[in-house]
Amino acid sequence: MKEILKVENVSIKYITGDFKSIGLKEYIIRRLKGNYTVKEFWANRNITFNLEEGDMLGIIGTNGAGKSTLLKAVSGIMRPSEGTIVRYGTIAALLELGSGFDGDLTVKENAYLRGAMLGYTRKFMDETYEEIIDFAELKEFEDRPFKQLSSGMKSRLAFSIASLVRPDILILDEVLSVGDGAFRKKSEAKMKEIINGGATTILVSHSLNQVRSMCSKILWLHKGRQITFGSDVKKICDDYQSFLDGKLKI
Amino acid sequence: MLWSVLSPLLMLTVMAVIFGNFFGRNIEHYVIFLFSGQVVFNYFTEATNEGMQALVSNSSIFSKINVPKYLFLFSKNISALINFGIILLIYFGFVMLEGINFTILFLFLLYPIVCLILINLGIGLILSALFIFFKDIQYLYRLFTQIVMYGSAIFYNIDILPQHLQALFYCNPIFVCITYFRSIVLHNTVPDLRLHLLLAGYALVLFAIGCWVYKKYNYKFLYYV
Repeated sequence: MKEILKVENVSIKYITGDFKSIGLKEYIIRRLKGNYTVKEFWANRNITFNLEEGDMLGIIGTNGAGKSTLLKAVSGIMRPSEGTIVRYGTIAALLELGSGFDGDLTVKENAYLRGAMLGYTRKFMDETYEEIIDFAELKEFEDRPFKQLSSGMKSRLAFSIASLVRPDILILDEVLSVGDGAFRKKSEAKMKEIINGGATTILVSHSLNQVRSMCSKILWLHKGRQITFGSDVKKICDDYQSFLDGKLKI
Repeated sequence: MLWSVLSPLLMLTVMAVIFGNFFGRNIEHYVIFLFSGQVVFNYFTEATNEGMQALVSNSSIFSKINVPKYLFLFSKNISALINFGIILLIYFGFVMLEGINFTILFLFLLYPIVCLILINLGIGLILSALFIFFKDIQYLYRLFTQIVMYGSAIFYNIDILPQHLQALFYCNPIFVCITYFRSIVLHNTVPDLRLHLLLAGYALVLFAIGCWVYKKYNYKFLYYV
């Protein structure tokens, strides 16, 4: 099996504090008074895993476990403070619902823009666009501004683009839970097709059933630490369930 | 599109009427003298003011997708450049109306334009990064452009000032650019080598600083949005 993603000993430091949206004036005053504080905390600590072609990784964990931060690092938006991430191939990330689109552009323009951002040529998008818009079932909305779409439609478009441009690594952060039942079935079928086609997928979901039925590997995070990583999906999910029920202490 | 052309033209008319009575008497082709300053200065303010917003207004995109962040700035600069091109055409129309002959030397105008593009990109890179960190930069910058405007001798000739003050004007890259324009269009002479080097120096230094800022803070912007 070809290795496609290698995450080694990755730690990510996050900074929070008063520095956000303060002006230069405020900054200087606080510096002089000595009450300018920046807190650092580790959103991820020593995460290690690797994925091979065709793997479907499910990341589970409670809120604030560091799942989204880890995905940002994997997709290259953030750089890990320690450790290394090696990717072999293109990556398409869906972080949060309908994000990263321009509200004033039309659906069609947004599809092309996203394609360009993912590194595809106009020619490729010309060929793929019809397929994307059909799959998203948004044909009659293609000339509407993106902001007029409902949240379900937005995520349908985002999912369609990300899955139909055939990336080597597809990242889905809680995007499958939206959309109506029919679209969810369709998208799960599409996901299976993508995986069978050899792509690697990372899925963050709070629906354990979905994770159980689709994933081949599981990464369990808790407060930034890695609890387990392995391919024994059933056992890890059972453990996680009993942890959620309060029966298991970690 | 229409507005981006109309506003500098209106400004030009007002300034030509008012200042034409003060300074126009001693300056030949005063409208062109004024317009040369206006066209350069307007491009500079539009590109840098729009550029300042480039990162902040697109923060929802680059915090979710891994894209080169300078592209946002470049797109703002290209749209400002297009506006500049349109106004430049009108400018040449005025030049023709004033009865000034076009000569081969007009091709030299490409040099200050290329330098100006680099200057605007450099300042845009620096400003857009600063604006992410400190939101009150926009007020400071407004003040700064005001000073640059008066310091660019758009509607007067620096000959009326004492010698030691005149030297100060050369610290301002926009003034140097305007001087280049006037020298070619009004006096049909290519400026001396010193002015070329000065302009190139400003362009390269500002652009280099801008690139360095982006390289250094590329992954830090995320924490501030």
